[in-house]
Amino acid sequence: MNFDPFIIPFNIGLYFILIYAVVRSVIWFRELSRPDKLRLQRGFFGKAFGQSLKEIFLESLIHRKILKSNPRLGYMHMSLAFGWFLLILFGTIEADIFGERHLNPPYKAIFFKFFSPDHGKTFFEASYAFLMDLILAFILSGLVLAVTKRFFSRVVGMKKTTKLKPLDKVALTSLWLIFPSRLIAESLTSGAYGTGSFLTGNLGAALASFLPANELAYPFWWLYSLSLGTFFVLLPLTRYLHIPTELFLIFMRNSGIRTGDKPGSFSEVEVHSCSSCGMCIDVCQLGFSAGIHTIQATYLMKGIRNSDYIHDIAHNCLMCGRCDQICPVGIEISPIRMIVRRIEENDRVYENSWNGYFRNRLNVPAPKQDNKPSYDFLPAPVSKKADVLYFAGCMTHLTPSIKKAMVKILDASGLNWSFIDEDGGACCGRPLMLAGNDREARELINFNSQLIWKSGAHTLVTSCPICYKVFRESYYLDVEVLHHSQFIKNLIDEGLVNMNFLQKRVTYHTPCELGRRSGVYEEPKEVIRHVATLEPTGYDDENSLCCGGSLGNIMLSHDKRRGIAEDVTARLTANDPDSLITACPLCKKTLAQATSTRVVDIAELVAEAIADAPALKKNPSRHKKKVVRESAASL
Amino acid sequence: MNPHVIVIGGGTAGMEAAGRLARAGMSVTLIEKGKDLGGHLRDWYHLFPDRRSSDEVLEYLKGQISHQNIRLLTGQQVTGFIHKGNEFTVSTGNGDTINGDALLLATGFDLFKSERKEEYGYGIYENVITSADLEAMFRKKEVKLVSGKKPERIGFLHCVGSRDEKVGNIYCSKLCCVTAVKQAIEVKKIFPASKVFCFYMDMRMGGALYEELYKEAQEKYSVGFIRGKVSEVAVNINNRLVAKVEDTLVGRPLKMELDMLVLMAGMEMSEDAVRLAKETNLQMGENRFFKPADHHFGTNMGNVNGVFYAGACTAPLNITETISHARSAVTEIVNYLNTGRK
Amino acid sequence: MEKFGFSLTKARVIDYDANDRSIVSYILEREPSLNLCIECGCCSAACTTGNFTGFSLREIHILLKRGENDLVRQKIRKCMLCGKCILVCPRGVNTRNVVFLAKQAFTKNEGYEF
Repeated sequence: MNFDPFIIPFNIGLYFILIYAVVRSVIWFRELSRPDKLRLQRGFFGKAFGQSLKEIFLESLIHRKILKSNPRLGYMHMSLAFGWFLLILFGTIEADIFGERHLNPPYKAIFFKFFSPDHGKTFFEASYAFLMDLILAFILSGLVLAVTKRFFSRVVGMKKTTKLKPLDKVALTSLWLIFPSRLIAESLTSGAYGTGSFLTGNLGAALASFLPANELAYPFWWLYSLSLGTFFVLLPLTRYLHIPTELFLIFMRNSGIRTGDKPGSFSEVEVHSCSSCGMCIDVCQLGFSAGIHTIQATYLMKGIRNSDYIHDIAHNCLMCGRCDQICPVGIEISPIRMIVRRIEENDRVYENSWNGYFRNRLNVPAPKQDNKPSYDFLPAPVSKKADVLYFAGCMTHLTPSIKKAMVKILDASGLNWSFIDEDGGACCGRPLMLAGNDREARELINFNSQLIWKSGAHTLVTSCPICYKVFRESYYLDVEVLHHSQFIKNLIDEGLVNMNFLQKRVTYHTPCELGRRSGVYEEPKEVIRHVATLEPTGYDDENSLCCGGSLGNIMLSHDKRRGIAEDVTARLTANDPDSLITACPLCKKTLAQATSTRVVDIAELVAEAIADAPALKKNPSRHKKKVVRESAASL
Repeated sequence: MNPHVIVIGGGTAGMEAAGRLARAGMSVTLIEKGKDLGGHLRDWYHLFPDRRSSDEVLEYLKGQISHQNIRLLTGQQVTGFIHKGNEFTVSTGNGDTINGDALLLATGFDLFKSERKEEYGYGIYENVITSADLEAMFRKKEVKLVSGKKPERIGFLHCVGSRDEKVGNIYCSKLCCVTAVKQAIEVKKIFPASKVFCFYMDMRMGGALYEELYKEAQEKYSVGFIRGKVSEVAVNINNRLVAKVEDTLVGRPLKMELDMLVLMAGMEMSEDAVRLAKETNLQMGENRFFKPADHHFGTNMGNVNGVFYAGACTAPLNITETISHARSAVTEIVNYLNTGRK
Repeated sequence: MEKFGFSLTKARVIDYDANDRSIVSYILEREPSLNLCIECGCCSAACTTGNFTGFSLREIHILLKRGENDLVRQKIRKCMLCGKCILVCPRGVNTRNVVFLAKQAFTKNEGYEF
């Protein structure tokens, strides 16, 4: 037997999805920018290809990242993805070896049991059938978890699960039906013919003992084919599109393509690669500390896919980067959020067409025609000549203790330095960028750049991680930009300042803009360890929390911010430290409002350690080597 | 045997109430955590609005408590209490327990810790002081800068720790405005040539003779009033303080050099009382002061029958109001003990 | 231009009933904390922009409430959104969002481009 009408739904679905995938990928490729096209071509024939295959295996099939952070959830994803992959792979081999012909059409592999019901009699066949049953059992175990997760999300170790739209529910149901219907169809056929292994064989035998197995099997083969067909046809309209899309994402990323600041093929692929696994929901502080459960990354992706109103979702976010960090697919969530922020309130990133099977990227409004400057009141930049510039930043003017400490440290360093915004300067521009106002930000960047350039300095030190990030990334400066924690670290390494060791137990709060956003984790901790006893908090480095004061969120109310800050300080002061150290004036002010523990900037701690009393003996071996290497470069 | 009332807190309210209770025939134990009685009153110099010496009031209160029915326990911190039926057992830090028939909490207030408003530079710049620091200078008759020089220009900054969401205190401490005016006058009396400015959000001079004091400050002492909340304080190269404010009535930002800045620290529920309230399930309002059973006719009672409140542990109150409140607490307690403790 | 009599004083008067308060309604709907402002001026005192030029967020708030939109429109683009005002506001007004929404409202309601 080579054909039966029940395979038609499956065939329609399969060929539809294959053609769709080709058309869609051609469109995506065509819409890439020229450099990105080149990157992809180079990547396809270069070592990115191998890397991608490896990553596809590890992440798309095995789901290594989810496994690591949440084993139960990881197992669920792995059993479905990797299990299905194995089922198709070994099914194809099975059909190839044991079928009547070689090189069969795909349906032969999928419905092998139907076309070869006798299969499984010999020992070799039986062992292969055992393998196939094992794979099916593997998938079904994951399916049980998935069904349970839908109804009781805590089972897989998650606090919240994602909400679904109706079409997703149909697709989800068809997905859920695929493997049970296969199990029952195969079992009944096996029961009728006395074949099958431990799963289908035993179940089949049991069912056949009291049911007309042969007659009943046929409708289940139909059900199996229909579920597959339905799932494939609906796939492009649902979140399950992430399964094929993620493969593109991995290739593109490994070829060096990045999100950038405008919508494009890559961000579209990213948006469709979100599997709605919900891991971003669990790490989001707006969720667990502020009770806001509608704005997490997975909802942003869903909103973009569905062309919903997402202005509020895009703006109501601390931009702390905790979701970027955890996303198992590696979607660059924050850059995508920034793209949406740059768009006017009612504009969409994508518009759906063809009943949602295709999305036309909207022309994001060209930069406003009105190029009238906003900040033409700024005076002509004048600055004093100096080697080292200190830019306190707007917020630091509200924390005079940081300012005073930095003046003391800079004076103690003996360097030729100048305080550029002593009487208040212009903002660095990042707060405007975070609100999506890039053109305005550029004006401020130009002003500050001239100020810095005119001073002839080679090093720019800032106390504010927000300024630090924008100075490094969006300014075209010929100076070394250092956050004050890095600057102090250099001073220590080069032996330019002597400090006492303070008998204090402290914990450290990593500011988001310094840590996750700029990758500066070690220097502040080394500086702290140099002068005090640093204790871990369980929220260190990549796992650090946002203080709640973030300028990344323009919508968050004072009460919610305070709630977050109280939650954060409670966690960071759980072991009752003498002080809570941070390295950002905004974090300091926000945290200090929410705790009775003393909140101190790293600069203040160091200034306190620079005592008038004679310095303790330093450990010269630790520093001497670095002095030669770093002094020329850094100071 | 006389009913026994335990009064916690030996400040104005506690002393006045203890004296009145004793005279009403109760036996009273007055517990004070500090060495001496008198509370904050001992730190003040002259009281508004009539600038009478605080020592006079203190003398009156000392007279009130010299009564044979009053037992004094000073230097003892109350750590908690339990009540069984109608009897209260108060435990103190050194392990003693005292039994009584009713409890009067007169735990008073703490001054807002001005370091928490870092932008004002208290603890960072040497000539930024609090209103309490200034009173201490008045008492010592040594009002001067850290350098020993005379201040030529002094600023008073209203609403430090009051009416401020950022420190979690939305309420008005209501005494700081009149205190600032009183202190401004005192400073002007010491340094007639100096210039004194008050930076205010609203002048809340709602007590008897307050407005008259305000007028006197303008009329006789030329105290300047600038409507605006200072945002930050810095020092300039001459080591003079620079306050940044918006002169909201002109509608322009204003910078002013000052030799001395006095922060009008607000009133907060005392930390010890917060701890006690949490341990004994006494209700606190959103402002953290003890929550009265009724704002009109139950301000001396709370949520536990037999526990009474007097003075600034219920809300910011001035001396006059505190004394009245203590007296009304006495009436309530006597009533409670005489009518079957309902 | 010389004008005499009533018209001269009229320009000084805030004609509350004639003024368009749709902008402030738009903002208040999305950021009700604007209602909490007590005009203390702390935001304006701290303001990074206000350090350079005539720009007072407090004034913007009250002008919006009175429907004096023309003055607001001229000034609001000067804000750098630095956020100092949020930190100092004793009433917890989300000042940055007020500026953000005001710009949005002008663009939407009046097609005004910034």
